[in-house]
Amino acid sequence: MFQWFIRLVPRGLRYGLKVISLLLAVSIIAFALVCASPIDPVQQYILGLGTAVSPERRAAIEEYWGVNDPPVERYLNWLGNLLRGDLGESALYRRPVAEIISQRFANSLALMICAWVLSGVIGFALGCVMGVFRDRWPDKLLKKICYLLSSVPTFWLGLVLLLVFAVTLGWFPVGFSSPIGVLEADVTFWQRLHHLALPAITLSIVSFPGIALHTRQKLVDVLSSEYVLFARARGEGTWTILRRHGLRNILLPALTLQFSSFAELFGGSVLAENVFSYPGLGSAVSAAGLNSDVPLLLGITVFSALFVCVGNTIANLLYGIVDPRIREVSQ
Amino acid sequence: MEAKNESLLEIHDLSVAFRMYDQVLGQKDLQVISDLHLTVRPGEVVAVAGSSGSGKSLLASAILGILPGNATVKGHLHYQGQELTPARQAALRGTEIALVPQSVAYLDPLMKIGAQADGHRRPKPTEKRRELFRRLSLPEKTGKLYPFQLSGGMARRVLVSTALISGARLIIADEPTPGMSLDQALEALKLFRQMADQGKGVVLITHDIDLAFAFADRVAVFYAGTTVETAPAADFRAGPEALRHPYSRALWRALPQNGFQPIDGFQPYAGALPGGCLFAPRCPYKTAQCEQSPPPVREIRGGEVRCYHGA
Amino acid sequence: MNRRLNRRTRTLILTAAMGVLILAVYAAGILVPEEWTASSFLDAKQPPSLQHWFGTDSLGRDLFWRTVKGLSVSMTVGIVASCVSAVIALLVGIAAAVGSKGVDGFINWLIDLVMGVPHTILIILISFCLGRGLKGLLVGIAATHWCSLARLIRGEVMQLRSQHYIALSRRLGKSSGWILTNHLLPHLIPQFFVGLILMFPHAILHEASVSFLGYGLPPEQPAIGIILSESMKYLSAGMWWPAVFPGLTLVLIVLLIDRLGENLRMILDPSSAQE
Repeated sequence: MFQWFIRLVPRGLRYGLKVISLLLAVSIIAFALVCASPIDPVQQYILGLGTAVSPERRAAIEEYWGVNDPPVERYLNWLGNLLRGDLGESALYRRPVAEIISQRFANSLALMICAWVLSGVIGFALGCVMGVFRDRWPDKLLKKICYLLSSVPTFWLGLVLLLVFAVTLGWFPVGFSSPIGVLEADVTFWQRLHHLALPAITLSIVSFPGIALHTRQKLVDVLSSEYVLFARARGEGTWTILRRHGLRNILLPALTLQFSSFAELFGGSVLAENVFSYPGLGSAVSAAGLNSDVPLLLGITVFSALFVCVGNTIANLLYGIVDPRIREVSQ
Repeated sequence: MEAKNESLLEIHDLSVAFRMYDQVLGQKDLQVISDLHLTVRPGEVVAVAGSSGSGKSLLASAILGILPGNATVKGHLHYQGQELTPARQAALRGTEIALVPQSVAYLDPLMKIGAQADGHRRPKPTEKRRELFRRLSLPEKTGKLYPFQLSGGMARRVLVSTALISGARLIIADEPTPGMSLDQALEALKLFRQMADQGKGVVLITHDIDLAFAFADRVAVFYAGTTVETAPAADFRAGPEALRHPYSRALWRALPQNGFQPIDGFQPYAGALPGGCLFAPRCPYKTAQCEQSPPPVREIRGGEVRCYHGA
Repeated sequence: MNRRLNRRTRTLILTAAMGVLILAVYAAGILVPEEWTASSFLDAKQPPSLQHWFGTDSLGRDLFWRTVKGLSVSMTVGIVASCVSAVIALLVGIAAAVGSKGVDGFINWLIDLVMGVPHTILIILISFCLGRGLKGLLVGIAATHWCSLARLIRGEVMQLRSQHYIALSRRLGKSSGWILTNHLLPHLIPQFFVGLILMFPHAILHEASVSFLGYGLPPEQPAIGIILSESMKYLSAGMWWPAVFPGLTLVLIVLLIDRLGENLRMILDPSSAQE
C-alpha cells in the first residue's frame, strides 16, 4: 500500500502541474477575451450603478480595474486578487462575486447532483438492458430512443416539460428554486425538491443516452468475452453472469465516463437554469454575459473550469484506486 | 444396451452448423462439425487430436450446450445413457460436466482467484478449494490474487482446480498445453491423468498430437469437423501399420521423429466440404465410392474408422 | 438476389432522400420571400390552422415559414462553423500525429484545455469578446467543436504511419508529400467528411442554444433559438404552438442530419459501423 503510494507521487506531481497549467491558461484566455471585447466594463459597471457617479467614485472604480494599466499588469493584479479569494464585485447583483458564486453554486450543485445521479442510474440500467437483449427488439427500440434524445436540445426539452407539467397540468412550479414570497429560511426540503424536479429531469433526459450507449457497448464486449463463455460453461445463467461479471467489469468505465462528463453537465445546466429561471450559476453566467458583468463572467468561467477539473481528477483517481490491474501492478 | 450404461458420454452423428450472412450467396449454413462419433468411458482420457482450425473447440461448446445463438445442432448426445437435452445440459454444466479452458483469458480480470474458483454456487466450497490448492501446490495467497498476477503454470492449475472443485465426472480440457514448456505440459497432463485415475472421464482436445499419443488411453483423430478414426493410443504409438485410416497414418508420418513427411493439399474449408468422404480430395486410396457418399463408421481391430478401405 | 447489396442500396437511397429533404428545407429558407414572414397584427397569436400550419406569433408572423427561415439560418451558421472547425481538426490532428513529441504533447494539452471549460460558457465568452452577433457565434462554435475529430484524425494518421506499406514507400524513396497525397489522404478524406457531417448536428444544436440564451444573432433574425426564446414569454399565457412546432422541426432536422452522417459512414466504411 505504501509502495503504491510512493509510486504515485511522480505521476501525481505531473498531473498537478498539468492541472495548474490548464487552469492558468483558462484564466489567461478568459481575461484576454474579456479585455479584447469592445464592451467597456467600467462603463457598464457605472451604467449598472444607475445613478450619477461622482468623479471620485469613478476614479476609484477605474483604479480598481486598473483601466490605465497595461493588460498584463491588469491580469496579474486580477489573478493576485483571485488567488486571495477576491473576485471583485458584480455590477449586476452589487455583491462580491465570491459570495454570489458560493450561494448560486449551492443551488446549481443540488440540481446537477440530482441530474447526474438520475442520468447515471437510468443510463446504466438501460445500457444493461440493451446489452443483454443485444439486437433484439428492446435493444433496437432503446437505441432509437437514445439517438432521438441526443438530437433534442436541452432548452427545448425544458420548454416542453414546462409547458406540459407546469403550465398545463400544474404539477410543478414554473420556475425558481423556492416559492416566491417565502423567506429563504422557511423553505422546506420538499419545496426545494419540487422546484428542482423539472430542471433536473430535463438535464438527465438529455444526458442519459450517452451513458446508456456506452454501457451497452461495454456490456456487449464483456458478454462476448472468453471469461463469460467459461462462466456459462460452469453453469452460470444470464442473470448470474450479469451480476457476477457484467457489473464488475462495466461499472467502473461507466462511473469514469460519468465523472468526466462534468463539462457537458455544467453546459446543460446553463440552459436548463435559464428555461426554468432557476437561480444557479448557469442563469448567472448568461445574465453576466448579457449585462457585461465582467467580474462575474470571469469568476464563473474560472470556477466552471475548476469544477470540470475536479470531475476529471476523480475519474482518473477512480481507475488508479479501483482497478486492480493498475493498483496492484507492483506486487 | 450394456455398453451405453457403462459409458459416460456418447456422441452419435453430431453435426454443428452456423448460419452466416455471406457477401454473395446471402444466408448460408457453415458446417463446422459433421457426423461426429465419440465415446468416453469413466477412468479414461480420450484425446481429440487434429490440426488447428478443425473446429475442435466447438465440440466442447456443443457438449456443454453453450454454442452461440446462430448455431444449429443435429445428432444425439448421451450422458450416462440418457439423452443430453438443452435443459439437461444446463443442469449438468459445472456440476457433472466441467470445462477446463485454455488460458487465463477465461478468468474474469477483475475478480479474485478465490471467488472465481469457488464459483457461483452456494454454499461456497471454500474449504474444499483451499485443500485443492494445497494439493495442486498453489500458494496460500493465490486466492487473494487477480488473474493478471498469476504465472502461466499457476493459471493452468487454477483452471484445473475449478473442474476438480465442481466434482464433475466428465472433464473437457480444451487445448491445455499451448504456450507451455515440455515440463509444464507434462505436469498439466499429469493432472488430467490423475483425474481419470479417480474414475472421471476426460476429453482432451488438443493439436499436440505427440502428447495426445503419449498420454491418452484412446485417441480420436479429428479432421474437417469429424472423427476419422478412434483407436487405442497404443496403436498410434505402434506406428502406421496398426492404424486404420489414411489420414491417421499421414499424421503419424508427419511427426518430426517419424520422418516429417507432410501430405499434400489442405483441410477443406467449413463452407466448402466435399460431398463424399471428407478426406477424399487428399487421399491416395480414393475410389469413386469415396467421392459419392461419406463412409459409415466401421469397427476394425478394436477401433472405429470412417473409411471404405480402412484395414 | 443479393441481400447485402440490397441493404447497401437501401441505405444509399435513404441517405440521398435525407440529403434532398435537408437541402429542400435549406433552399426554402433562403428563397421564401420576406412578405411570407412579415408581421400582421390582425393575424397575431393564431393557433395552427390550414392557413398557418404552425400558427402565428405575437406579431402575427407565420411560424411555419419563420421556422423554415430560422432553420436555414441555423444550418448556415452550423455548417460554416463546422467546416472551419473540421479544417482546424484536420490540421491539428495531422500535426499532432506527424510532429515531434513536444508538438503532440502541446496539442493534447490544448484539447484538454478546450474540453476543460463547458462549451456553452466558452461560446458565451467568445461571443462577448466579439461584441455578440453572428461573428462571435461562428468563431465560438468553430473554436469548440474540433477536439474529438482532431483526436480521431491523429489516431488514424498514427495508425496509418505504422503500416508497412507506408514504410515501404519511404524506403522506395517516395517523398513525404507523395505519401501524404497517395496513401494518407485517401484514407483520411472519407473519415474527414463523415466527421464533418456528424459535426453539423452538434453545431446546429449549439447555435440554437446560444441564440436562445440571447447571444449570437440579433432578435430580428428568425434564428430557431430566437423563435423559441420568444415563445417562452407567451408560454404561461397558454400559447403552446410557438414552442412546440419550431422545436419539433429542429429536432427532426438535427436527427435527419445525424442519421445521414451515420449512413454515410456505413457506406464509406462498412467495417467501422457495426453498431
